[in-house]
Amino acid sequence: MTRPALPLSRPAGATRGGRAKNGAVFGAGIFVLIVLAVYLGPLIWRVDPPYLDLLARNAPPSPAHPLGTDELGRDMLARLMAGGRVSISVGLAAMAISVGLGAAIGLLAGFYRHLDGPLMRLTDLFLALPLLPLLLVMVTLFRDSLTQLVGPEAGLFALIVGAIGVTSWMQTARIVRGDVLALKERDFITAARSGGARDIRVITRHVLPNVLSPIIVSATLGVANAIILESALSFLGLGFPPDFPTWGRLLADATLYLQDYPGRAFWPGLAITLTGLSVIYIGDGVRDQLDPRTRARL
Amino acid sequence: MLSFTLRRLTLAVPTLLIISLLVFLLLDAAPGDPMSQVPLTIPPEVRAQMREALGLGAPAYVQFGLWLKQMFWIEPQVLIDQIFGTSLAADKLRVLSWQTRAPVMDMVAERLPQTLWVVGSAYLIGISIGLPVGILSAYRQYSALDRTGTFVTLVVYSVPPFVTGPLLIGVFAVHLGWVPSVYDTTHRVTDWQSFSVQLRQMILPIAVLALPTAAQLSRYMRASMLDTLPLDYIRTARAKGMPEHIVVLRHALRNSMIPVVTVIALGAPAMFGGAIITEQIFAINGIGAQLIGALQVGDLPTVQTLTFLFAGLIVLANLIADVLYGWLDPRIRYD
Repeated sequence: MTRPALPLSRPAGATRGGRAKNGAVFGAGIFVLIVLAVYLGPLIWRVDPPYLDLLARNAPPSPAHPLGTDELGRDMLARLMAGGRVSISVGLAAMAISVGLGAAIGLLAGFYRHLDGPLMRLTDLFLALPLLPLLLVMVTLFRDSLTQLVGPEAGLFALIVGAIGVTSWMQTARIVRGDVLALKERDFITAARSGGARDIRVITRHVLPNVLSPIIVSATLGVANAIILESALSFLGLGFPPDFPTWGRLLADATLYLQDYPGRAFWPGLAITLTGLSVIYIGDGVRDQLDPRTRARL
Repeated sequence: MLSFTLRRLTLAVPTLLIISLLVFLLLDAAPGDPMSQVPLTIPPEVRAQMREALGLGAPAYVQFGLWLKQMFWIEPQVLIDQIFGTSLAADKLRVLSWQTRAPVMDMVAERLPQTLWVVGSAYLIGISIGLPVGILSAYRQYSALDRTGTFVTLVVYSVPPFVTGPLLIGVFAVHLGWVPSVYDTTHRVTDWQSFSVQLRQMILPIAVLALPTAAQLSRYMRASMLDTLPLDYIRTARAKGMPEHIVVLRHALRNSMIPVVTVIALGAPAMFGGAIITEQIFAINGIGAQLIGALQVGDLPTVQTLTFLFAGLIVLANLIADVLYGWLDPRIRYD
């Protein structure tokens, strides 16, 4: 698409692409930093997150507790790192499910004409679902039985990850389907078919690599989305149990003491926001690099 | 236009039916016994009778059919009764909450206005901030306004409501003391004084919901305007000597609105999700708070009805968006 120059626009090209790339590098840098901090941080800061320092309850930041302590004297820095490990693992696992489902449904709907109608109706139906209420319903009702089955932590992890995964694949499916529909008519697909390739081979070797860029973008956004949803569940008190810190749970606990210790809500809030923001920057940058048409738009 | 609207309306009915069936199956598959809270001293045969009284003995399809009948046949009659003073629904069994033994819809009728007030005004304010910002930053692309706007909207958009809520409370209610931190739903507006109190307590909950909406809309508005502004018909309009504000606001805006309307409609689930969180933060007793309360005690009829209502509100938002498409772009009506 050629764009005639607008009177008010600058010449298109290098600067815009460069900025998007900078944004992606910046986002990736922040994200890697957060991941390193929560996974490798405990090697340096060796305080046990559930350890109760009862003499230093509600302590302000000090060398002994760099971010202070909570109402039971637990070290906030250690809890923030432990919570981050849970939040980020939930984000990655739920993203894997939602992107896998979305890509599979999008590929099938785009590739097979007779599956297109039913699968897209299903997608529309899911888009009309009240997601947060449904997530709340699923997590509350199935919590006890799964907990008995595989233990409290593994059970809730599987439940929350699964619930978020099966309710957030729709955007990926729509985007992938649109791209597959356009790709299917291209000559190299016809060439592969005339070469005798089976459907499965055409899909995996010829179609899939060409729709990887929207899948990667959805994947990055999916991580942010899942972290925020999990935090929302924990914030409403229906996520992980209280002694199992996640960023959302830490934030929810801190809001109870907002009047007296406003600083305690700041760090988990910042962590959630920074992770989301960095991931959005990565997604934007990846999209701009892979698809120059949408450069510097959203 | 009317037949187009009607066609869309008939499409919404099966969607709603399937959603209510899905919710019902989910609740039906859920383990857990509503009798588990009953004291152990109650003998098993009484327990069985209590289960029978709750309608739990019947097979799933009977329970679902009963719910459908109560929801779509008896509840409208109750509504007609209340409006016209008739007695169509006298003595007919309505959807009863297990928790309070009162009709669910009566409680919903008390609580729905709170939710709709907050969500509705947040949507309106979000739209009236988001669209102008988006139009301006597209019109003056790469200007200082565009740069700051793009960055600020991205930041605001990525802060979830459960972070902004405590943050705003911390700054404006706790630190500065300008506004109350809790929404008082028993407050009645009678005069100027009480109106200003109402306004002040609505500011924070609405801001929490409106800001991300405004941010998201302005980003989509900007992108869509950037696609439209370089098109030939805009240049034609300018060449004809149209005033600039007519070119931008009438020619360009109308065509740019279509993707934005989609975003507004698809944002409805997120908006109601945000409303649940906002109601929790500011202690608003809307239907979101009711849902969480019902979930915590396992009051399945209330959960079923409320989830269906949320779905209904979302389908309604999509329906309005569909009708708006038809109005914005008449070609869509004849597909």
